[in-house]
Amino acid sequence: MFKLIKYLKGYGVQTVIAPIFKFVEAFFELIIPIIVAAIVDVGIKNGDTSYVLKAGAVMVALGAAGLIFSLMCQYLAAVSSSGYGTNLREAMFRHINSLSFAELDKIGSSSMLTRITSDVNQTQQAVAMFIRLITRVPFIVIGSAVMAFLINWQLALIFVGGAIVISVILFFIMRATIPSYKKVQARLDDVGELTEENLTGARVVRAFSKQDEERADFDAATDKLTKVSEAVGRLSALLNPLTYVVINACIIAVIALGGYKVYDGALTQGNLIALVNYLSQILLALIVFANLIVTFTKASASASRINEVFALSPSVRETAEKNVERDESAPEVEFDSVCFSYNADRLSLKDISLKIPRGSTLGIIGATGSGKTTLVNLIPRFYDVISGGVRYRGTDVKNYPFKQLRDEIGIVAQKTGLFSGTVRENMKMGDESISDDDVIAALKTAQAYDFVSALPDFLDAPVAAGGKNFSGGQRQRLTIARALAKKPSLLILDDSSSALDTLTDKRLRTALKQIPDLTTIIVSQRCGSIKDADNIIVLDDGEDVGQGTHAQLYDDCEVYREICQSQGVGKGGAK
Amino acid sequence: MSGKEKNKPRTVARILKYVKPYMFWLILALILAVIQIAATLLAPIVIGKAIDFIIAEKEVYFDEVFVRLLQLGGLVAAAALFQWLVSLCTNKVSYRTIRDIRRDAFDKLNRVPLKVIDGSSRGDLMTRVGADTEQISDGLIQGFTQLFTGIVTVVGTLCFMLAVNVWVTLVVVVVTPLSIVVAYFIAKGCHDKFKSQSDKRGELGGLCEEMLHDFKTVKAFSYEAAAQKRFGVINKKLQKVGVKAQFYSAMVNPCTRFVNGIVYAAVAIMGAFLCINGKLSVGYLSTFLTYANQYTKPFNEITGVITELQTATAAAARVFKLLDEAEEVDDANGREFTASGDISIKEVDFSYSDKPLIQNFNLEVKHGQRVAIVGPTGCGKTTLINLLMRFYDVKGGEILVDGVNIKDMTRKSLRQNFGMVLQDSWLFHGTIRENIAYGKESATDEEIVAAAKKAHIHNFIMRLKDGYDTVISDKDDGISQGQRQLLCIARIMLMDPPMLILDEATSNIDTRTEIRIQKAFAEIMKGRTSFIVAHRLSTIKEADIILVMKDGNVIEKGNHDSLMALGGFYKTLFEAGYGDAQ
Repeated sequence: MFKLIKYLKGYGVQTVIAPIFKFVEAFFELIIPIIVAAIVDVGIKNGDTSYVLKAGAVMVALGAAGLIFSLMCQYLAAVSSSGYGTNLREAMFRHINSLSFAELDKIGSSSMLTRITSDVNQTQQAVAMFIRLITRVPFIVIGSAVMAFLINWQLALIFVGGAIVISVILFFIMRATIPSYKKVQARLDDVGELTEENLTGARVVRAFSKQDEERADFDAATDKLTKVSEAVGRLSALLNPLTYVVINACIIAVIALGGYKVYDGALTQGNLIALVNYLSQILLALIVFANLIVTFTKASASASRINEVFALSPSVRETAEKNVERDESAPEVEFDSVCFSYNADRLSLKDISLKIPRGSTLGIIGATGSGKTTLVNLIPRFYDVISGGVRYRGTDVKNYPFKQLRDEIGIVAQKTGLFSGTVRENMKMGDESISDDDVIAALKTAQAYDFVSALPDFLDAPVAAGGKNFSGGQRQRLTIARALAKKPSLLILDDSSSALDTLTDKRLRTALKQIPDLTTIIVSQRCGSIKDADNIIVLDDGEDVGQGTHAQLYDDCEVYREICQSQGVGKGGAK
Repeated sequence: MSGKEKNKPRTVARILKYVKPYMFWLILALILAVIQIAATLLAPIVIGKAIDFIIAEKEVYFDEVFVRLLQLGGLVAAAALFQWLVSLCTNKVSYRTIRDIRRDAFDKLNRVPLKVIDGSSRGDLMTRVGADTEQISDGLIQGFTQLFTGIVTVVGTLCFMLAVNVWVTLVVVVVTPLSIVVAYFIAKGCHDKFKSQSDKRGELGGLCEEMLHDFKTVKAFSYEAAAQKRFGVINKKLQKVGVKAQFYSAMVNPCTRFVNGIVYAAVAIMGAFLCINGKLSVGYLSTFLTYANQYTKPFNEITGVITELQTATAAAARVFKLLDEAEEVDDANGREFTASGDISIKEVDFSYSDKPLIQNFNLEVKHGQRVAIVGPTGCGKTTLINLLMRFYDVKGGEILVDGVNIKDMTRKSLRQNFGMVLQDSWLFHGTIRENIAYGKESATDEEIVAAAKKAHIHNFIMRLKDGYDTVISDKDDGISQGQRQLLCIARIMLMDPPMLILDEATSNIDTRTEIRIQKAFAEIMKGRTSFIVAHRLSTIKEADIILVMKDGNVIEKGNHDSLMALGGFYKTLFEAGYGDAQ
């Protein structure tokens, strides 16, 4: 938790001053019971009305001053905690952006999202509470106790006893309830999961007429939720009554023992009232304290989740600073005995060597999990090889600055989406200076022009997050157009025409052929998509089991032939 | 008054209807709350009386003091006990009420026409069943109890004060409007500021979600710097509104303390004067001071509660909107029967919106025939499935199964006559055995294994560590998309329906599994009337009837030879290589 304190940078002054203001306010507050005691013991006893008025005026003045000081504290706390949150979010987003896939995969994107949003909020809340209450609560509790000691130390011991009992109660109730809250959360998750399952499977549930069973499952889940919620409720509802009982027990003890002290002349009536008042102040402060602890428990869990993110360091590092001179005579891409592994146990790519000449088309085919996507991800350096080398235009990709390398490569990933904004903004993602004409040309090549031009706002048509306002096939064509708009030298289509029908797919491939010098890599499960390629590599469990043209592979490669036959494609497939 | 405002009382009335079964507990809670508050308020009076018997040196009436202290002990114990009981009752009422609302909402999801589910975002519907109902409990039921206790406390405090002394009470009453005004302005400010804060938070979260979800695109387009810039802009805006929201909400406590301080000072001065004139005892002055200390607290809570009540009413309105969705037309009087598998579609018109889609569509399918549906991406192939399964109702014409209009049979019976395997195969969280037996719970283990064998998935299942007891989950359970589809086929094998609806996979299935799926499809289609959304040439060629769809409508109909001879859209499609063929 304390590791995150550095994000208060720039707000140090506010962070330090705010508690001081609060301290002053709390100090004023502590004086009030003494003044009341004075009113009783001096003003009333002597019948001195002007003394009473003066004392009253002092109380109002103290209140007003306290208000000003505490508002200043609250404002400064708001400024510094918001500043902290802003700094932290900014740094976190920057850090996440610097990570490579291997690290993001480890945490998962949805968990990453929770961490940068609600976890940060949680700690920000704690920072604000900390600044506002760090001085106030202990000061009121200790201050009230000290005042009590000054008035009468024997009676003050009752305060200490009461505080210990309350702490013990707090501790035990929290220890019992915190795990139970987790249980409630888990049951709530069950309910959510059932709802989601029911919605995704709406057609199947109806097709099998299973509505009654679904309802029964849901009833059981909600029953469990209700039961655990009620159980936790019973326990946590004890906190306030118990604290109330303890404090009042203290008051009873103070009055009883105080009675003897007054009888002996060791205490005045006014002081007795002051003691009772200090006790109620402690009660209020302790209730605040309990809330503070809950906030901090939650925040420390959040803080450790945030620190986990910062602890990740990018596995793919950018070392080159200057742009690379390209070797025009070298092949576009070369793989030289490449091995790759996501984890230490198993190689995902084994000794792959491959040359892709400029302007040629490479097809990559193989079963799910055979390493097709892994292979293409190595070219823009989404991951680094563990041995061997990947060269782009004659230079190892590790020697390129990220931007230069990735600007050259247009990669359309399997499940890629669009970003919210307009069609134009999406198309110009790679480079804002791309002209509208280039965008239109790219849309035409990607077979997306027809439906985009039919949109009422054409290039200004809105795109929802993830491109949800487009169909799967339209989305794929738009992502292909986006990759083409930045005029890449190498285009990688990673199974990105799967939602296209064969007719559109075919047209797309024909249009791509017409772009001069464009090197294309097509990853597919469909023989039809790659059979016309200049060279095809067949992967099986990370191994290169054959390279060649369709006709060659059909004769020589058993895996390839089997795939073709299963899809009804014959040897004469090449057109 | 806007329409939304007008609906408020109605929303509250509907919530009350859900509370009704637990009304006893609610009323009990309110009664107990009154007792608890009375006890809590009496305590300071008793303390005051006790102090009045401790006057000065040698002037302490111990007997009287101890009687008071005994009374105090009783009051405190009662107040604490009743406070706990009130919490138990309100918890019971609120948790059970939301459980009931939630169940109804869930049940509703299964009763509405599919149009409602297709037309809403899944997240939105889930929020209604989840977070919105939660809000009703937090805001309305707990809020109501707080509001009630708050008001009772204020009124009670005033009554007790009046009973002790009119003048001091008058001072308190005069200062009261001040606390109301302060509380009102802060609450209003908080509400507005918090709304703009949560808007900005949503915006920021949305951006993060997009970027993180599509991290690859960000990297591939070197978009990191641009993303950081967009993030920075929203982040700065959030900081601005965040400071305001926090400051506003943090103003509540100091302001209340200040108002409290004024009440306290006023009571002290007024009380002291009365003491000097002998109209009030010092003990009662202490009582008044305790009251003054707590007096403004309920006002604070009440304003907080009112904001929460508003949010909760809005949430409730959203839940009730779901509950108000029209349900599927009742089919209780429909016929139940097992079909032989003759289907005739007569003059059917259909569209999802006002724009006409399918018009005057006719089709005769005899028992055991195969119908292939082909067409380019997005041509509306699923529309036919929607109509056959009666997920959507036709707008004109009729669909007959064995000569019976599907509207005259129960949906259950109609759907049991169809076996459906969709491309994104749906399995629920449960074991493989449970998933296969989904359509026939009475199935024996032997039947389940036989079905799995016929679907060519038995060997795979046996290789899993837990075999048929392997639990299927969303996460990485080592079962591929293709294998999931095979499990769905096994499910249908077990049901043995006379008619089938199959959706051939286009991609993301590896070759060997693909071959198995084809074999399984061939197996299951034997002797059954089948509709196949087809991508494979062999499937299309073997079909008795081919329906060619484009832009949502069926444009050509016939078999392979007749359609080729026709020389229309089918021929173009076919020659361009539809179905991966040369």
